[in-house]
Amino acid sequence: MDLLIKEVHVIDPKNKVDSVLDVSIRKGKIAELKKGLEANGSAIIQGKALHLLPGLIDLHVHFREPGFEQKETIVSGAHAALKGGVTAVVTMPNTNPPCDHQSVIDNIIRKAREVPLHIFPSGTISKERAGKELSEMADLKRAGIWAVSDDGNWVEDSLLMRRAMDYAAMLDLLVITHAEDHRLRASGVMNEGLMSTKLGLHGMPNACEDIAVLRDVELARLTGARLHVAHLSTKGALEIVRRAKKEGLAVTCEVTPHHFSLTDELLVHYDTNFKMHPPLRTEEDRAALIEGFRDGTVDAIATDHAPHTEEEKMQEFQDAPPGVIGLETSLAVSLTELYHKKVISLGELVKKMSWRPAEILKLPAGFGEIKVGKSASLALVDLNHEWVVQKEGFISKSKNSCFIGKKLKGRVLATVCDSKLWKWEK
Amino acid sequence: MTVQWTRKDLVGLQDLSAGEIELVLDTAKSLQEISLRPIKKVPTLRGRTVANLFFEPSTRTRISFELAEKRLSADTIHVAGSTSSTVKGETLIDTIRNIESLKVDMMVVRHSASGAPHRLARMSDVSVINAGDGINEHPTQALLDMFTIREKKGKLAGLKIAFVGDILHSRVARSNMWGLTRLGAKVIVCGPKTLLPPKVEAFGVEVTTDLKEAIQDADVINLLRIQSERQAQSYFPSIREYANSYQINSEVLKHAKPGLLIMHPGPVNRGIELSSDVMDGPYSVILDQVTNGLAVRMAVLYLLSGVRAKVEKE
Repeated sequence: MDLLIKEVHVIDPKNKVDSVLDVSIRKGKIAELKKGLEANGSAIIQGKALHLLPGLIDLHVHFREPGFEQKETIVSGAHAALKGGVTAVVTMPNTNPPCDHQSVIDNIIRKAREVPLHIFPSGTISKERAGKELSEMADLKRAGIWAVSDDGNWVEDSLLMRRAMDYAAMLDLLVITHAEDHRLRASGVMNEGLMSTKLGLHGMPNACEDIAVLRDVELARLTGARLHVAHLSTKGALEIVRRAKKEGLAVTCEVTPHHFSLTDELLVHYDTNFKMHPPLRTEEDRAALIEGFRDGTVDAIATDHAPHTEEEKMQEFQDAPPGVIGLETSLAVSLTELYHKKVISLGELVKKMSWRPAEILKLPAGFGEIKVGKSASLALVDLNHEWVVQKEGFISKSKNSCFIGKKLKGRVLATVCDSKLWKWEK
Repeated sequence: MTVQWTRKDLVGLQDLSAGEIELVLDTAKSLQEISLRPIKKVPTLRGRTVANLFFEPSTRTRISFELAEKRLSADTIHVAGSTSSTVKGETLIDTIRNIESLKVDMMVVRHSASGAPHRLARMSDVSVINAGDGINEHPTQALLDMFTIREKKGKLAGLKIAFVGDILHSRVARSNMWGLTRLGAKVIVCGPKTLLPPKVEAFGVEVTTDLKEAIQDADVINLLRIQSERQAQSYFPSIREYANSYQINSEVLKHAKPGLLIMHPGPVNRGIELSSDVMDGPYSVILDQVTNGLAVRMAVLYLLSGVRAKVEKE
């Protein structure tokens, strides 16, 4: 597929590009990047008034395969990603069987080759994500993982986590922590505070997350491992990461669109699409996260795309599984809440959704940038297109979005990835 | 201006205005004498069907509703937790849709999950009455508590009403806090800090861990059942210590205000949250609460059926 995108506003913070250019793509690679290019047989896309971004990189998605194909598959998840302008993802290892053995990774990578999306699997920290014994990280790395995480199961045993981080440091594997002290969470199903008391639901305090982040940061100091805090949601945890960065530790963090845009006040109707871990917090936490974007403490925006079926989410609030989908709305929510509300510049926003995730993962050159000679992963975006999120509009296998009914400003019109062009209906 | 009842459901007191609460209490007052007649039955709900869906065990609330429905001549069906399909993997929503298909008019729902009746009420055309959801609300219990206080004291506004015990897990306390504060009562909640909900003062209530402070000058003390399994969950060190700190007995009531009312939603752990002598003593109105529950539940059924009749006519 040869393609020429004419007169498009190219935003590539890594290479400091912020201007209207023509972009020529040949054989899946960026061939030229300048004004006044000729088509020479390429298909032409008119990019006037539109923006072209590096394909987005999402550090935290659940594609549910193997084991939970009723919720999502590698194929359906890949399409949802592309629709959101996302061209590379890190898949979480809480599959069934979990990604604690190279055979599971082999299988994921074989399937991933068949979809036009870059999939970077993560493996587990411990066998069966049980927090008892290390998984075979070196073999997993040889099989193709880019990070380790026990995802929903925070490693409670500090000694095991210390060993895991020493081992991961040796292998230069990123350690992703879903920081949540489960004993302290107890039977909590939402944020603990005024709203949990009003709704008569058991809460989990911010301290669940703060304690876990603090321990993991101290172990990062001890071991030198690269630590990435997944879906950070509290003011306290953000402050811990801020301090760690000042001290020069290799600690990074991501925040989800739902945590920086929504609060626990939305739970008034016990709608299970607002149930996730970590939970929606208070306005005080949300405002702190926004400040974290302003001062640069927040490295990346990741979705924690967590598909669950309709029947699972139909259960009572306390029984329904936690998690929401996010791939198809992440850029639009980020543009609406961070760019249009002038929290951060477009360049900063793009950086947090592409270049910075690529750096955190240590991806090869070409990811998170628009560079001549490199593989073309691109998102063509109308920054000002307004639309209302509708359940029927999702192409993910699951529809459990917390943004249904919300008006957003900004939309992905087309995505280029792996020599393919995807045009999306408005 | 007289308040009209316009709600399809009664899921909690959180949303009710003072006028609406008073309307229920006034209606209950007018229905009270039916239970004193030799023939304790009126035809008000004749031809109406009420489904009692108790997905969590209950004795007193269930029989109170059942009798209230019978006194109003409603047809009733009963589904109890263990016999329902919810244990067979059917979702609650599907169970309810099945019952709806039998063309019932009202559902009385008790469920261990907070918010379950609220979700049913939003998805169903049938009137839903919350008979207790998780640790959230138990509106008819709070209404009968308020009714009992009003009967004995003639008013609610300005009274000091103390709740003592496991406030955290108490749907009775939550509904009472919503309702009583709306009617201008001065509410104080008391228990060990581990059993007080976070930020509970936002209900407009006073909070204390000191029993003396809670019951000083109290017009009403409403006790909450303490469950022994909370000890295993480390909410307090032992039942013995709990009783030493929070039991209401004749000793702590030495300086009680004359005319004090002792209330309890039941079942009572005699000798733990309440000593036998006080339970059986002159302050106790625990059995009046049970009697009044009948009139209050009749009032709720009556008011909701009126809304249904109106909708059907239109």
